[in-house]
Order: sequence, then C-alpha cells, then structure tokens
Amino acid sequence: MSQTIKLTLNIWRQAGPNASGQFQKFHRDAVSKDASFLEALDEINEELIQKGEEPIAFDHDCREGICGMCGMVINGMPHGPRTLTTTCQLHMREFKDGAEVWVEPWRATAFPVIKDLAVDRSAFDQIIQAGGYISINTGSPGDANEIPIPKAVADLSMDAATCIGCGACVAACPNASAMLFTSAKATHLGVLPQGQAERLSRARAMVETMETAGFGGCTNHGECEAACPKGISVDYIARLNRDYLKAVVVSQTT
Amino acid sequence: MATKALALHQTTVGKKAIMAVTGFIMVGFVIAHMLGNMQVYSANPAAALKAYALLLRSFGGGLWVARLVLLGAVVLHAWAAISLVKQNAAARASRYHVKHDAVTSYAAKTMKYGGFVLLFFILYHLAHLTLHIPVGAPAVADEFAVFERMKAGFEVPWISALYILGNIALAMHLYHGVWSMLQSVGLNHRKYNALRKQAAVAVALVVGVGNISIPVAFMAGIVG
Repeated sequence: MSQTIKLTLNIWRQAGPNASGQFQKFHRDAVSKDASFLEALDEINEELIQKGEEPIAFDHDCREGICGMCGMVINGMPHGPRTLTTTCQLHMREFKDGAEVWVEPWRATAFPVIKDLAVDRSAFDQIIQAGGYISINTGSPGDANEIPIPKAVADLSMDAATCIGCGACVAACPNASAMLFTSAKATHLGVLPQGQAERLSRARAMVETMETAGFGGCTNHGECEAACPKGISVDYIARLNRDYLKAVVVSQTT
Repeated sequence: MATKALALHQTTVGKKAIMAVTGFIMVGFVIAHMLGNMQVYSANPAAALKAYALLLRSFGGGLWVARLVLLGAVVLHAWAAISLVKQNAAARASRYHVKHDAVTSYAAKTMKYGGFVLLFFILYHLAHLTLHIPVGAPAVADEFAVFERMKAGFEVPWISALYILGNIALAMHLYHGVWSMLQSVGLNHRKYNALRKQAAVAVALVVGVGNISIPVAFMAGIVG
C-alpha cells in the first residue's frame, strides 16, 4: 500500500502566448507519495478531461530525466526542491502532508509561454544553430581514436555535454540569462581537438545569438548551477567569457 | 559560422568585461585610498595628512590623469550597469509568484541599488573633503587642513553615520564585485577558485573596517 498525502496545488493557467494567466487551485486529498510530479499532474488532467474541462498543458517526453522537456518552476525552484533532479524524477514524497505547492512555467522573455506550463524554448535551438556544431568534410568516416584525447579533456567535454537543454538555468537566473546553457554547449565542443578550429568564432556566434534572442546577462549569482538538474558548473561561463573576449578583443580571424 | 558582428560593448559579456576592468581600477583606488586614510592613526595625524595632501597635489598633471581615469571608470561602469539592468529586467518581464533563492547573496542581489548608494555617497564625500563645500559640517578655512576638516565633519553624528553606511554599501559591493570581476573576464581555475571568494571577503572586510574605523574613532574620541 502506498501512502498518500494531501496537497493544495496552485497551477499556472494561461490560454495562449498573449493571454494573461492566473493560478488555478486544486485540492488533492490522496496523492500517492510514490507518484512522480508529472503523474500527479496526469491524475489532475484525467479528472479535468472527465469533467469536460481543459487539461493542464505541460511538456514531457522521456520521463527518465534525460530529455529536458519537463520544465516547470515548483515552489520557486526550477524542477522543484530536489537538487540534480528533473520534474519527472521528482516524487511526491518530497512534499509535506498538507503543503501548498505553486507551479509556474519558466518565466523568460526568450521563452514565451505556449500554454499553461509549456514554453517555447526554440531560442535555445537558435543558439545551437549559431555554433553548436563542428564543421567537417563529408566522406568516409575517420578511424575511431584517430585523434587521441587526454582523459581530463574528454571528462571536461563530457561534463559539459550532460546539459539536456531543459532551460532550468534560464528559469533560475534573476536575469533570465542563458549563459550556463550557452557555455556548456560551447565548451562541450570547444575543448575537444575537433572543436578547436572554430572555438573562438563559435563562442562569438553563440554569444551574439544568445544576446539577440532576448536573454539577460550573467551577473554571477550562481542560481543556474544550483538549479541545473545535471550539475553544470559556472566554471564553463568563465570559459565562455574568456573565449568570447579573445574572439572580440585579440583574435585576427573572428 | 555567420557572425552578426556585435561589438564588445553591445553584448552582455562585453559589458560585464567593461564593468570588470573599470571595477578593477576602482578596487585598486579604494584600497590605496583606505591605506592613505590610515595616516589618521599616526602620531601626528594633522601633519601627516597635510603632508600627504601636499604630496598628492604636487603630482600636478599626474593627479589629473588619475582623476580622469577614475572618472572614466565610474562613467563606463555606471553606463554598463544601467544598460545591463535594463536588458536583464526586459529578459524577465514576467515575475515569478514564488521564487526561492538557492545560493545568491544579499550583496549580489543589491549590487544595482548599492551602486546608486555609492554614487551619492561619493558625490557627498567629494563635496565634503575635495571641493570643501561644508555640507552640514563647520567650514575649515585652510585648504590642506585635511585632519581638521575630517574632525569637523565626523563630530556631526549624521555625517559619521553617512560615512559608515556608505562604507557598508562599499564593502557589500566589493564582496560580490571582487570575485565577480574575475569570473566576468574568465579568470577561473579549480586551483584558485576558492581563493577568489576569500580575496573578495578580505578586500571587503579590510576596506570596510579600515574606513569605518575612522568616523568611529573620531566619535569615540580615540583620535581628534
């Protein structure tokens, strides 16, 4: 028998990008402690659908913490109170019996609300399109391990590559800055031998695209790192700052 | 990769670098200024401070170069700050109903307000001790009578309170600013990252305590 808790959920409802939103209150008498946060929302939606009302729109896909879709701010914390955890991996046992829970979408000008808790994160795609790749000639693939990569470099790159692009960094940042995301993506390629050739032009192009997409700037609060479900470090932001400044101030080619 | 060719001063990263470099100049100045102030604790503070004032004035053109560099730093720092505050506010146009701060500090969150507090404090301080406009303090005729002018000011409780509050704002600004400026220009390494925060605390404490001790010492009758 799974234990249950009572919860009052205040969930942001917004009909569309330009509609004004408001919280809708849901009193839940028996939420299973073993349910994930998304399952608790699913239960509410089933009841809403049975009553002929509009279900709560929220993004979700893999439900195993790796796709980055299930972004929502729970009690003021992106992905809720548990560190290094996405909303889908958050379980209702994290909440006290009788607690009041506030659920809001990511709030950032660059991430307009599509509906309720679902936001449009395509601004991240623009940043990736600007430089989140390595230009290679097509043809037959090179041999595996043709270019030896030191373990420390591979680790640094792989740590950056754990970014799932969920946008929690933007949601947590007081300035809605995308520096943690952009720096993780720039570092992931920029530290590898294959990514060196375009390292500075990549940094510049990604920063400039980030700027024009409507994100704010980094003021070194560190909220992004604390909110990141993958524990991406703000060290990468310093690295991007360094590469960007090299590209703009000293490089002859960017 | 297509570059949209934004100049350094058009991006938030570039603006933060400008704030870091100008901030670095000002950090150097406030440390030197605090050390100069410590002459108030010498055996004959009136003579020491007068000699120090005459020494600084003897640099002539050099003094004006220093003043212009500092003024330029303040102007650029403030311009970049205002521009960033506007862009950052626009980026979070819709506010959270509930927002939990995980790690940020009071100092970090109040940098923009602290900057304005410091601007007004510096304007008052310049009027009081550089331009010799006795705002609320008894006038002192001799241009180089620094100690007498400090004494006349710090014996007025609200002027002492103003200096203490101004320096608390300065210490908080330094607490976030000193490590933040290193991060903004990319000076980050696991080997010395802990040292950056320790240095920020040290600079904030040394400058803050050093400066605040002066009005306190005058009011307590330790000097004067």
